[in-house]
Amino acid sequence: MKPTSHAFSANAHQALHDTNLQQALAKAGAGFVDKRRSAIDGLPEFEALRVSGRAIKDHALANLDHYLLRFEQQVIANGGQVHWAETPDEACAAVLDICRAAGAKVVAKGKTMVGEEIAVNEALEGAGFEVVETDLGEYIIQLAHEPPSHIIAPAVHKTRAQIAELFEHQHHQPGLTRPLETVPQIVDEARQVLREKFLAADVGITGANFLIAETGSTVIVTNEGNGDLSATLPRVHIVLASIEKVVPTLEDASLLLRLLARSATGQETTTYTTFFTGPRRADDADGPDAFHVVLVDNGRSQMLGGAYHEMLRCIRCGACLNHCPVYGAVGGHAYGWVYPGPMGAVLTPLMVGLQEGRPLPNASTLCGRCEEVCPMSIPLPKLLREHRRQEFVRRLVPPRSRWALAVWAWFARRPRHYRWSSLLAMGLLGWLAGSRGRFRSLPFAQAWTASRDLPAPQGGTFMAQWKRRTRHD
Amino acid sequence: MTERRAAILGRLSKTLGHTAAAAADAVTQRLNARPRGPQPQWPETMRERFLARLARVSGTFAEIGARTEIAHAVAGYLDAQHLALRLVAAPHPLLDGVEWPEAWQVARRHAQGDDRVGLAVAFCGIAESGSLMLLSGPDSPTTLNFLPDDFLCLLPASRIVPRMEDAWDLLRSERGRLPRATNFISGPSRTADVEQTIQLGAHGPRRLHVLLLSDASG
Repeated sequence: MKPTSHAFSANAHQALHDTNLQQALAKAGAGFVDKRRSAIDGLPEFEALRVSGRAIKDHALANLDHYLLRFEQQVIANGGQVHWAETPDEACAAVLDICRAAGAKVVAKGKTMVGEEIAVNEALEGAGFEVVETDLGEYIIQLAHEPPSHIIAPAVHKTRAQIAELFEHQHHQPGLTRPLETVPQIVDEARQVLREKFLAADVGITGANFLIAETGSTVIVTNEGNGDLSATLPRVHIVLASIEKVVPTLEDASLLLRLLARSATGQETTTYTTFFTGPRRADDADGPDAFHVVLVDNGRSQMLGGAYHEMLRCIRCGACLNHCPVYGAVGGHAYGWVYPGPMGAVLTPLMVGLQEGRPLPNASTLCGRCEEVCPMSIPLPKLLREHRRQEFVRRLVPPRSRWALAVWAWFARRPRHYRWSSLLAMGLLGWLAGSRGRFRSLPFAQAWTASRDLPAPQGGTFMAQWKRRTRHD
Repeated sequence: MTERRAAILGRLSKTLGHTAAAAADAVTQRLNARPRGPQPQWPETMRERFLARLARVSGTFAEIGARTEIAHAVAGYLDAQHLALRLVAAPHPLLDGVEWPEAWQVARRHAQGDDRVGLAVAFCGIAESGSLMLLSGPDSPTTLNFLPDDFLCLLPASRIVPRMEDAWDLLRSERGRLPRATNFISGPSRTADVEQTIQLGAHGPRRLHVLLLSDASG
């Protein structure tokens, strides 16, 4: 997908005026937050688990080469194959090769964010395969030809009425033309249509929440059961996974699963948690004949050990999106690429380039809620600030901002000048504001003053007040 | 292919300061020791906890005292749900010898797209989350867990373990290695993808019903 992150400002403006989107966001936001809160309140061990979970990921990352080798060894021992891909193109090529070799026509897909990252659907469709998204949310946005707007609730931006309309236009089958009104009707129709696709599919693609080095297993969590059907009914199962997903043992995954479901949907556990270990065994009653894991790097090996290293701990729960005031106001599409919200604002510039993703780290108040709720304690505001720093160092900041920063920096490094000039500016502003004591409009900041007034400074400067107070104490 | 592998692994090893061939003691140690993290605690008995959590995820259950009561319990369920007397039962030894009424159509196989009712046997139950653990194999086809509208699952009460970590220990001691698919199932299939409204029966079973077998002899 071609990123439009550079146009965040215009995207956000449009999102704020989209009534359907605002209606959908209003419905979703509080639900996620409240459910997470009560799930965590119900587990007194949560904080202890969070500390241990972070330690597991830190240990796995510090030994990432060893654990990946061990994982690969075990997949092969189980009769599966591992394919390594440095770039999205290489990953797509690996998937296409497998599908062609299998003589496939229809590909059923469970939800995979790495799949979105490498744009595997476009690649498959371009090569003539029929691709069917089977997660209901993903299916809805596939029909709408839209990217996901949330990493765990891809169609969170759609209202029920929009989905019903979409289905009516797309499902021109006998018996499926009655008008849809209720949620059960919508879900039932999708179940009926997609059941046929599952049964017809030759290849199933799923993502992976974790890879287990100990056993060579790949783990998925779903509530619908679509991932399991995608991995069980077709002849070939392909797992798309990024390299930082590997953890040492089954015990480690068990611990992280407790954090994941609670942080994501506020569930104690998802309905289905599945560990896939190789293809169908000789005496198995069902399951695919072939099992492939495509390990995707796409810049992660360069993140390791660098300024953004901690981002590799991310388990893709979406809590930072759900608690972000910016995401809550504009939704996911405004971010212009695959990953939205705070985690997306860190990842997007790393994956599509800082030039393209530049507005995202700046579209944040750095309020810190994301870091507070992150089960992996990723210092997201720090990483966003690091992007801003890089932007300045690489001279990507527009001249006017650079100039303003340079002026401020000059004063900030000279306390005496700073004090005198702020005293002067205060006096000037107070005089300009006159008896009203506030500004109704300001040059250069008309967008800001269009809906509010700027109060003029009153009393002494901060430093003067501070001096007075400490003297009184 | 091998070049990409070497390039990725080489970059990782270089950054981490590892010589590629070095035996990683910390890694081997961790893989062998398999340390557990903090283990959630609860005051109820395992059985109480399992049933309470099962109810919370919209699962139902019926208690049976012996395997001879399986057919009766299934009949009760089919009747309550107004279902035809037709089911697919896993080719599992615990379901061998069940005397199904003459009029019923009972198949012992994996599931197909239009099978309405499935009956399988859980490897164990997890008290912490009210989950069933099923292991794919000749006696437990994975399709049975997902395709039928109604999923019935036999669970001997003696096989409820406290947590997922205990289930792994049981699996390692009884089976030695993981099967193709290890399923942890907590309630019927659900989705919240339409306006965050929870709807049961997305792609998998619409209902999940546990037959809890108290007979210690299994």
